[in-house]
Amino acid sequence: MSHRELDDMLGRGWRKPHFIKNPALRYGLTAGFVAYLIAAFMTIEVDWGRVYEGLDRGWQFILAFTKPDFLSRWSDIWSGLLESIVMTVAASVVGILISIPIGLGAARNIAPLPVYMICRGIVAISRALQEIIVAILLVAIFGFGPLAGFLTLSFATIGFLSKLLAEDIEAMDKVQAEAIRASGARWMQWINYGVQPQVMPRLVGLSMYRIDINFRESAILGLVGAGGIGATLNTAFDRYEYDTAAAILILIIGIVMALEYLSGIIRARVQ
Amino acid sequence: MLRLQELTKTYKTGDQALKDIDLDVPKGQVLALIGPSGAGKSTMIRCINRLVEPTAGAVMLDDTDLTRLGSGALRRARREMGMIFQEYALVERLTVMENVLSGRLGYVGFWRSFLRRYPQSDVDEAFRLLDRVGLLHMADKRADELSGGQRQRVGICRALIQNPKLLLVDEPTASLDPKTSRQIMRLITELCRERGLAAIINIHDVALAQMFVPRIVGLRFGEIVFDGPPTALTSEKLTEIYGEEDWEATIEKVEDEDEDIEAAE
Repeated sequence: MSHRELDDMLGRGWRKPHFIKNPALRYGLTAGFVAYLIAAFMTIEVDWGRVYEGLDRGWQFILAFTKPDFLSRWSDIWSGLLESIVMTVAASVVGILISIPIGLGAARNIAPLPVYMICRGIVAISRALQEIIVAILLVAIFGFGPLAGFLTLSFATIGFLSKLLAEDIEAMDKVQAEAIRASGARWMQWINYGVQPQVMPRLVGLSMYRIDINFRESAILGLVGAGGIGATLNTAFDRYEYDTAAAILILIIGIVMALEYLSGIIRARVQ
Repeated sequence: MLRLQELTKTYKTGDQALKDIDLDVPKGQVLALIGPSGAGKSTMIRCINRLVEPTAGAVMLDDTDLTRLGSGALRRARREMGMIFQEYALVERLTVMENVLSGRLGYVGFWRSFLRRYPQSDVDEAFRLLDRVGLLHMADKRADELSGGQRQRVGICRALIQNPKLLLVDEPTASLDPKTSRQIMRLITELCRERGLAAIINIHDVALAQMFVPRIVGLRFGEIVFDGPPTALTSEKLTEIYGEEDWEATIEKVEDEDEDIEAAE
């Protein structure tokens, strides 16, 4: 760039340079996007008659929350809830235990390239397959029930936790780890002293968050036959028992909020 | 005891950080390595314990060439070399005691270190060292609760508990105030004398180096351009190491400080 004389610059005003320098391209892209957005909304058909009828059904559903029925199906709700909790706890523990070595392997700054590629591959597969799809497949293999749900959640936990753990390891302070290596530590000791203390708070926080997600997911997985409270909820909807469904939803919301509160406390403790 | 022979480090980018360095450090000698940023000071001490792999040349510690060691032998050799870091490099979420004991990792097995069950002799030595640097009461504090000077003292304990022959010290005072800097330099040189340790101390502060260290090596663009006692470090020599600048103030300040310290003692 040519040298700019100060005198030319003074009094000329200043604007932040545009992200896209070419004005034709900039306005073209904006106009194109707006046009697409309008066209996209036009393609969504709304049947107002159907909406009017549905409003009534929706209102019934909302009214059910004012008189949730915990009692008439209590034994179904209770066994569904227990199944979900068992699934959540078991899948979280297994998933977290498997995620730790894979997370170590998926961190470029501590793993050799072949290990890194394999672990990143596992993470990519786990993240590419949505829980529902995995659950449908596993229900087909193992049949209805919580085993399929447990395996689905374990699998999903690995993708989530390994990836985020690996990213935290990649962002760690290199010098702290270097100091441990300089003392003549073995690889395992180096991980235990130089790496683990740096990533522990995040690992605990993410694990708590994942337990929370796993519980919520367990309610969804029931819809495709993978056991848990979701199965009970699905049955209630099928029978148009909105008051029982409302009771189940209230329980799920309560448990998720309690888990959220608990994980907040634990995360504050481990900082 | 330590001899660098034609030590060369070329980074992947093509930068030559060290060019055929030859340096001999006898047993128990403390030397300061000075030079401008980017002269290769940090690379040099990291090539000695191979936190950075040298490209060519040899690092002889007694009769072993460290550059040829396999990973197991390198680990055992690293036990002989304690390292003290710029910005302390303590593991911040571990306690002071765990940080000090981590200096013994090269000597204890994995499970002992994992369960923090160190041999009694190591624990006693850790307490002795913490007492020596005045931090015995801090043993169970987390490292990130300490001040800069305190952290560097813990760093010193961690290096010494390795029972090394040699200390590699990288900018020990870079983030400390002037008074703490002197205290830390005094502590390092005293401990080296007490234990007969050799040390290579990278340091930016020329005056501080002249004050505490009997031998100064000046590095410029990866080459040794000065090697001698502090008194031989004239303003011409400083110009050769760092480039043109008015050095009289630096040198005068040193003399004043020497008098101050003598008066205080």
